[in-house]
Amino acid sequence: MALLEVRDLRVVFQRRGTEPFTAVDGVSFDVDPGQTVGLVGESGCGKSVTSLAIMGLLPSRGNKVSGQVRFEGTDLLTLSDKDMRDRRGRDLGMVFQDPLSSLNPVIPIGLQVTEVLERHRGMSRKAAMVEAADLLGRVGIPDPQRRLSEYPHQLSGGMRQRALIAIALACRPRLLIADEPTTALDVTIQAQILALLKELVRDTGTALIMITHDLGVVAGLCDEVNVLYGGRVVEKAARYPLFADPRHPYTHGLLASIPRLDGARGEKLVPIKGSVADNIPWDHGCAFAPRCPNALPVCREVTPELEAGDVRSLRCHNPVLPGTPAAQEVPA
Amino acid sequence: MLRFIVRRLLQAIPTLLILSLLVFVWLRSLPGGPSGALLGDKATPEKIEALNKVLGLDQPIYIQYFKFLGRILSGDFGSSLISGEPVVAEIGRALPATIELSLAALLFAVVLGIPLGYLAASHRGRFLDNSTVIGTLVGVAVPVFFLGILLKQLFAQDLALFPPSGRQDVTIDPTHVTNFAVLDGLLTQEWDAAADALWHLVLPAVALGTIPLAVIVRITRASVLDVLNEDFVRTANAKGLQAQLIRRRHVLRNAMLPVSTTIGLQTGLLLGGAVLTERVFVWGGLGSLLAQGIERRDYPRLQALLLLAAVVYVLVNLLVDISYAIIDPRVRAS
Amino acid sequence: MTSLLKRKRARVDALAESAGTSLAADAVKRMLRSPVALLGAFLVLLFLVLAIVAPFIAPKDPYQRYPELLAELRPDFIPGAQPGFLLGGDELGRDFFSRLLVGAQQSLVVGVGATLIGLVLGMIIGGLAGAFGGWVDSWLMRFTDIMLSIPSLLLAISIAALASRGSQTTVIIAVAVTTVPIFARLLRGAMLAQRHSDHVLAATALGVRRRTVVFRHMLPNSLGPVIVQATLTLATAIIEAASLSFLGLGDPDPSRAEWGLMLGNSQRYIDVKPELAFYPAVAIIIVALGFTLLGESLREALDPKNRR
Repeated sequence: MALLEVRDLRVVFQRRGTEPFTAVDGVSFDVDPGQTVGLVGESGCGKSVTSLAIMGLLPSRGNKVSGQVRFEGTDLLTLSDKDMRDRRGRDLGMVFQDPLSSLNPVIPIGLQVTEVLERHRGMSRKAAMVEAADLLGRVGIPDPQRRLSEYPHQLSGGMRQRALIAIALACRPRLLIADEPTTALDVTIQAQILALLKELVRDTGTALIMITHDLGVVAGLCDEVNVLYGGRVVEKAARYPLFADPRHPYTHGLLASIPRLDGARGEKLVPIKGSVADNIPWDHGCAFAPRCPNALPVCREVTPELEAGDVRSLRCHNPVLPGTPAAQEVPA
Repeated sequence: MLRFIVRRLLQAIPTLLILSLLVFVWLRSLPGGPSGALLGDKATPEKIEALNKVLGLDQPIYIQYFKFLGRILSGDFGSSLISGEPVVAEIGRALPATIELSLAALLFAVVLGIPLGYLAASHRGRFLDNSTVIGTLVGVAVPVFFLGILLKQLFAQDLALFPPSGRQDVTIDPTHVTNFAVLDGLLTQEWDAAADALWHLVLPAVALGTIPLAVIVRITRASVLDVLNEDFVRTANAKGLQAQLIRRRHVLRNAMLPVSTTIGLQTGLLLGGAVLTERVFVWGGLGSLLAQGIERRDYPRLQALLLLAAVVYVLVNLLVDISYAIIDPRVRAS
Repeated sequence: MTSLLKRKRARVDALAESAGTSLAADAVKRMLRSPVALLGAFLVLLFLVLAIVAPFIAPKDPYQRYPELLAELRPDFIPGAQPGFLLGGDELGRDFFSRLLVGAQQSLVVGVGATLIGLVLGMIIGGLAGAFGGWVDSWLMRFTDIMLSIPSLLLAISIAALASRGSQTTVIIAVAVTTVPIFARLLRGAMLAQRHSDHVLAATALGVRRRTVVFRHMLPNSLGPVIVQATLTLATAIIEAASLSFLGLGDPDPSRAEWGLMLGNSQRYIDVKPELAFYPAVAIIIVALGFTLLGESLREALDPKNRR
């Protein structure tokens, strides 16, 4: 059985006096124990909202969440606030995008680690402090004992993100969600954090949902990839077939718009026309059609369904032909 | 922390110097100059000139300023034109009454304001929130002295729940130790005196504390709403911490930063409101001294009170800075 | 720099940042949707109209002592409503209703007078600082900082005390001075924000003269926050002027129909006829509330954070 089964997840934002906005429109995917799954797309495609919905962290007002999020068989969406609090931090951990603002500026790092240990592992403050130093050491923070009494502003960006990873993994959750964990960091630090995450999920057997707009991150980390557009999954495949042979014009476009060092000189970068703001609701055809080079008249009239094949699932009337050159090598 | 306080105290010196210069200039802009002010109604050109000589006002202006500075530094503010008593003695006697009133008003505003602001924020957009916001808008529109008159009429005259004026009932003869009426009652274990003083304190404190209350509620509400949107609150929720712990440890503490400055600002403004409140409730503190001083144009007294207000401002500022440093480690470092 | 001052300044500067970020039409549209703004506008409009037409619609002469009222006046009795006298008489046998009406005019004169003087002085200081920058800016701002560090009522009291005898002009000037530093900082902040905006940079790059840039580009776009502050200041100015009157720093002429003065004078008769104190007070509260509501909703409408 899969560790996490997301079924037909739908999130509608509705504020008084505005049109309802569907941010996530029937997303389904599975995560097996120890597996790393990527959710990929441009900003506004619904990937972050999906992760917040799984964690039950969407604001309590102004939105409607439907569908199922089954974690080890329990539908998290039906749990009470109290039961959900018991699970967050213990069974499910999360790492956010901006490590500076995600840490409380007026509380020492140590307390921010120990409070989760005290909460879920019933440790005393003293025992938790010992464990916290150990955790900080394990995520590669030098001199962890001293760091415990320091404040977030005294740490570098990379160190802060390491601390947040330590917090998220403190209670050995079975699922870790990382929402753009490297976007706010320097490029050199990004690689270190990714390597750390990769190592940790391998060593602890934690399943990982990696949310990113950066296909490079996906290529290096994920076993399976879900490409989202306009709140729906448009292509879902294992890492290798997705990169080697992208079939959805959107996936293909994402890969083609990445510059390559080993590309032939004079090779053109092909940007995707327009932006997410241009998307149209899925109920009047394909949301990607206005930006799609392959669009047919049917794309603007009939909404494509996600059709499962042997290798991949695809939501497209007129996919890219197999063998059309993919832009990127798949790293090992 | 001690180094921090010393540094802040040193930083306050230039501010006080410039303020003393302003008061000096103010005194010199008075009709007839300081001599005219000192002589009051009895001023004639000849008398003014004679007194100018005595006071050294015929000397160059910068020497006058340094002499003035020397006098106020040695605590010599001259004598009141009304009572003939040294101003310092007058102020010393009236100060406890005003401090007592101001502290009570501040206590009322803070103890009620922070929870109310928090409550409004956590019920955002609902009835409790909306009515609180409207209440704060009305609260700042009510003149302090009218609120005092209203409270007095309603609770002292009509309902006779509280005494209408004064600090202590005439039938009670308390022992004075510190001149803080409530504190004295407690120190001398004259419980009835303490209770009576406390009883007298209620209406004036509410009248004086209402504007600070309204302002503190608004700032607390806005600040809590800001903090609730912060990423670290989401992190705390992602850790599965209980809502109550998040509120206490993560939300309130950060939300208190702007609130503490607001409390400081309002404390600085209390002296202005105290003048009006004391007048309504015949309180007999600095406000009464000031009001009387204005009526009779008692400039030595006004000058001392103005400088006192500036010193209070600087001290309150220091307290706010210290509270900031206690709450926020980033301030301590800088 | 002390943190209180920083806070005071930060509040002013935050408002200044909203300069030129929103189209007036957009803001008006948002205001029309807000019941708070409409209520504020209604109260302000009512006050303005009453203040202007007061002398014409006042049924009696507000300064005249009427024999009908004087006849019944006793230390423990002030006549109430009777034919010709809608709210009865005041403590000196004058028509209370007419005095209330004319009081609106007095409050308007004091409020608008003080705000206008403060606005003009503040805008000159802030405009100079914003237009020139450099040492002009830093000295002018140091000056405003010191003024901000004295509680405003106390500052007003000490200025009013400079005059040997109180008058309405003294009150107006005293209240005006307390508002100068706020307007100065505000305009300066707004203009500094403008200085780095693209259209000002473009105009400068095109070789437009500095005077033209300041008057045609920077100043008009900085006016939004200044208007907001002026509206809010009208409320505090009216309250502060009433406070000064109440303390006896205003015009000592007891015949003057000014709400703060009426309130102060009638305090002694509160057992005899409480309306004498309450009606002027309620009038002050309503007017102050009107300006506050209008100002706050203007601020909200101009706030770029609230744009959709």
